[in-house]
Amino acid sequence: MISADISIVLPEIALAIFAFGALMFGVYTGKDRTAPLLIWLTAGFMVALAFWLGVGATGNREAFGGMFVNDAFARFAKVMILLSAAAVLVMGQDYMQRRDMLRFEFPVLVSLSVIGMMIMVSAGDLMALYMGLELQSLALYVLASIRRDHAKSTEAGLKYFMLGALSSGLLLYGASLTYGFAGTTVFSGIITTLQAGDMSLGLLFGLVFLLTGLAFKVSAVPFHMWTPDVYEGAPTPVTAVFATAPKIAAMALLARLAHDAFGPAVGDWTQILAVLAVLSMFLGSIAAIGQRDIKRLMAYSSIAHMGYALVGLAAGTAGGVQAMLVYMAIYVTMNVGAFAFILAMERDGRPVTDIRSLNMYSRHEPLKALALLVLMFSLAGVPPTVGFFGKLYVLRAAVEADMTWLAIAGVIASVIGAYYYLRIVYFMYFGEEGETLDRRMPPVQWGLLMASAAVMIVGVVNLFGIDPLAAVAAQTLVR
Amino acid sequence: MTVADYAFYAFALVAVAAGLLVVVARNPVHSVLWLILAFLSSAGLFVLLGAEFVAMLLIIVYVGAVAVLFLFVVMMLDIDFAALKAEMAKYVPLAALVGIVILMQLALAYGAWEQAEGALGLRQAVTPDLNEIHNTRALGLLLYDRYIFLFQTGGLILLVAMIGAIVLTLRHREGIKRQNVLAQMYRDPAKAMELKDIKPGQGL
Repeated sequence: MISADISIVLPEIALAIFAFGALMFGVYTGKDRTAPLLIWLTAGFMVALAFWLGVGATGNREAFGGMFVNDAFARFAKVMILLSAAAVLVMGQDYMQRRDMLRFEFPVLVSLSVIGMMIMVSAGDLMALYMGLELQSLALYVLASIRRDHAKSTEAGLKYFMLGALSSGLLLYGASLTYGFAGTTVFSGIITTLQAGDMSLGLLFGLVFLLTGLAFKVSAVPFHMWTPDVYEGAPTPVTAVFATAPKIAAMALLARLAHDAFGPAVGDWTQILAVLAVLSMFLGSIAAIGQRDIKRLMAYSSIAHMGYALVGLAAGTAGGVQAMLVYMAIYVTMNVGAFAFILAMERDGRPVTDIRSLNMYSRHEPLKALALLVLMFSLAGVPPTVGFFGKLYVLRAAVEADMTWLAIAGVIASVIGAYYYLRIVYFMYFGEEGETLDRRMPPVQWGLLMASAAVMIVGVVNLFGIDPLAAVAAQTLVR
Repeated sequence: MTVADYAFYAFALVAVAAGLLVVVARNPVHSVLWLILAFLSSAGLFVLLGAEFVAMLLIIVYVGAVAVLFLFVVMMLDIDFAALKAEMAKYVPLAALVGIVILMQLALAYGAWEQAEGALGLRQAVTPDLNEIHNTRALGLLLYDRYIFLFQTGGLILLVAMIGAIVLTLRHREGIKRQNVLAQMYRDPAKAMELKDIKPGQGL
């Protein structure tokens, strides 16, 4: 039994062993001098794992008595997580190296956090869910304050830790109430007790607290307070990590919990998710208008985008889950490109985050300005870009689930949100003449920026075929 | 009432009284001592429940390690506990609110709580039959066999905590002399020192 189980969790074990090896290698050889090598090795290993998961495994397999599920949904999410984490890792290397904050623990912590995310998306049990979540978050808390002699970075780490601990507490409380009712923590057990009888008061409380705890992790309003401060305070490469892989993991976990454990109670949780979605979309769009700092702006942008992804989930259908997966894939690609640009924003070698520093950027750097323009259009959801189709999918899923009001709210919020994305474009093309940014951009960041922008245009043809894959993934989850 | 009942009431009363005294004791060192008493009487309650392994764990880990650590911290840290106590009055409303919430939860748990029909059976299905095997062994079977995956994930979490503590606190200071044990051991006395024979009255 145990060898069969192990063969199912082999990708996670492989990554864990790689992380141990990298840690030992770093400690016993050149310490921080090995960091660039380790970053590239880790990224390469993650890409290889993603390939293995994407091509190798098939079918729907469970390990450790249903605690760990390896199905098409989990694999889809894992491939996204691994690829985005690899991209973000190599992207930040130059930035950290030049500011003398590259530690060899950085890639190790990111890989451990990715293991946590992989456990999260594969969780088939409330306990496995919690362990994965904690592994992921604990590594991220450390990463947030990795620049320990910098007040803002430590502040970000502490804030994230405090609020993260609070949200974990809420989640655990919900899990214990659910266990108290169902007598089991396995999702399949919870769903059978739900099918047998009505939703009891205790289970309803449990569901609400579980969703609250996860809403903290995806930074959905009203549990978003930490996001802008943490995004702003953490070193930019770490912010890029926060904005990508953990969001996919938490969103996928939310979908799995809702459908796998609370599937029959669809009417109960769609209400909660719909409220979270509407609040996130509007607050994310409106609060970003006043922001000058591009990292804070991206924080609000991610809050709004999580709102749209939640619209897909709130539909409560297979189509909704599919739309959510496609949306998350698009969101992550856009964010990788946007952060590749933000990482290179500097003047005289010092990072700047003020959006007005982009004044007339197009005159000096027409190609990069064009790439950013495409990305901003895509983030705003302007039609000829992929971002528009992402929004279209989730809103269509909402309409098909008879939640037209939700789709209308989404459209209104996206119009409001377009303002601040377009303002960046305005600064780049029509702003005032002022001090300009440095022209330097490392090849990795340049490549990712251009690739991401190109994807936003070329992907319009068929979204690179991820749509049918997402459909298969959604089918395995929603039965 | 049997002996076990008497023992239960004795342990329970002592636990509650000690818990109260932890909070109200003026001297923080006394608070820690009361805390130890609370742990000990809870360990007694566990023994009455037939969970002797957990009872021993409570004594060894909580009394032996955690409480002693508290004692060290309390005695080493220079905190003005009187000032902290004075501030406590400010937080009484908040504490009362938390208390009320907990009471309401108790009411929910004992009053309106209902569980699924098969819940009791499901809950017991996980544990091995305690009439047949010892409870330490049952715990081991659960922890290292059934829940081995979670156990190992817990190990990873602890590894992250360790790396985190090192990343955030360890500083490599430059320019200080460190002990190099191997270099010391492999030093050749013949090269390291020189014996001079000095005749009396001549000086060096």
